[in-house]
Amino acid sequence: MKKLINDPLKVADELVEGLVDAYNGECRHVGTRSIVKTHIPENKVALLVGGGSGHEPIYHGLVGRNLADGAACGDIFAAPPPNIVFEATEAVHRGKGVLYLYGNYAGDVMNFDIGAELADDEEIEVRTVLIWDDVCSAPPSQKQNRRGIAGLVPVVKITGAASQSVATLAELEAVAKKAVLQTRSVGVSMSPGSIPATGKPTFEIDPDKIGLGMGIHGEPGVGEIPMATADELSARMLQYIFEDFEKDDEVEPLAAGDEVLLFVNSLGATTMMELLIALRAAKKCLAEKGIQIFDVLVGPLVTCQEMSGISFSLTRLDDELKKYWEMPCQSVCFSKMEGRYGG
Amino acid sequence: MAKESLTPGEVRDMMLVVADRIIEAEPILTDADRALGDGDHGVGMERGMAAVKEALAGQDFPTVGKVLLSVGRAMMSSMGGASGALFGTLFRAGGKAVGEAAVLTGKELALILKDGTEGVMTRGDAKPGDKTMVDALYPAAEKAGEVADLPVAEALAAIAAAAAAGRDASEGMIATKGRAKTLGENSLGKPDAGAVSVAIILAAMSEYAAT
Repeated sequence: MKKLINDPLKVADELVEGLVDAYNGECRHVGTRSIVKTHIPENKVALLVGGGSGHEPIYHGLVGRNLADGAACGDIFAAPPPNIVFEATEAVHRGKGVLYLYGNYAGDVMNFDIGAELADDEEIEVRTVLIWDDVCSAPPSQKQNRRGIAGLVPVVKITGAASQSVATLAELEAVAKKAVLQTRSVGVSMSPGSIPATGKPTFEIDPDKIGLGMGIHGEPGVGEIPMATADELSARMLQYIFEDFEKDDEVEPLAAGDEVLLFVNSLGATTMMELLIALRAAKKCLAEKGIQIFDVLVGPLVTCQEMSGISFSLTRLDDELKKYWEMPCQSVCFSKMEGRYGG
Repeated sequence: MAKESLTPGEVRDMMLVVADRIIEAEPILTDADRALGDGDHGVGMERGMAAVKEALAGQDFPTVGKVLLSVGRAMMSSMGGASGALFGTLFRAGGKAVGEAAVLTGKELALILKDGTEGVMTRGDAKPGDKTMVDALYPAAEKAGEVADLPVAEALAAIAAAAAAGRDASEGMIATKGRAKTLGENSLGKPDAGAVSVAIILAAMSEYAAT
């Protein structure tokens, strides 16, 4: 794999440096390796995201206007160490506490938890909401074992919007939890990404097979299936999401008249052409069930280098979540206008 | 000559030997983790131990605990990932356990391993049998309690042997934690990479104390 890099061990540091340059003053570099908004109002409840690098635009590309206040950036595919989490926490805190919002991976949980303990020593209140949208990584009864994948984009977008107006950390936590609970994703992979420092593939898969439910680092999912058409695969993927809403006691099944945000994500190498073909198939599946598409998001936002594959995420929106989704937002990598397409 | 107890300076030198042995073992750790995890454990431990060498070399420490806290902090802040949090917790909890101790004897070793192991189990929500570093640590901590009255060199020899046996036993376990958990029974027959690291660390400590 040809990679346009310099020192393989400095990839994470240099990409973050470049991201700060792209933000052009909107965000600044803090401490060891964090990105934080330059202007955060006093008494704002702060939102901190973070995780391993190499999945750009997430997470550090989701810092910005009506989005996250900061991101703690780990090395490539590795959780940020506690000192980085703490440095970012101190930098975003404006007296009203900090919400940690990130994908449910063991390394991230441990390091953010230690970061929260360091923050507690400095009397900064921290609460944590984990994102666990990957329905193929564990059954609904074991959400603590689920991974966070593309669903984190709508969740961070909605929570970032809410963070502009909520009065307390507890209110923001409640919005984030609701968004997480109503967001479910399923992903497939067709070929691996590579580890920038070594050039080695992140996993191996037969050229004629698709990894159904496979995680963004190549973690096993439901199993390998033969290569399929976009329509067949899309219908099968969405079925997992429909079934998950049905099986989970914590939510109502998706029903006719429900309004959802549909997000079609590319893991890196899959083209916009393919995403659009899949989007069209997904729309038919939702229409058959009478589920209304409130808004659509399509593009490579949660990636793993040149990994090929897609994911679908559905977020069921109530009036509160709709209001936050409709707020405009802007970052280097993810911006939207006020309202919704076609609205 | 086999040592009865170690001064803080000797504990520092012992940890420098540990750092060298882990750095030398990077390919072994990488292979062990590639079989079950994402293959970054060897490089992570190498980076952590390089930071440990930088933090310890040429420094004077008043107590045994301060040496271990310094090791824990260096690993935690340089490694990231689950390994950084867990190995950092091991040495930080171990260092806190011996407070102001001016020497390391079998008694302190037992305290370090007891609190260090408990810290790792809490942080990682892991118990013996989950096929993690705990499977080398837990038997090592139990053995340390039994041999607390022996000279430190003899105690460490017994503890290192217990850790090695624990590492070997992890081959017969099915992973339930970390990225290996999704492999289920396919994780059988290979040791856990974290347990391999624990066994190397304790073997290197024993090697230092025996000479």
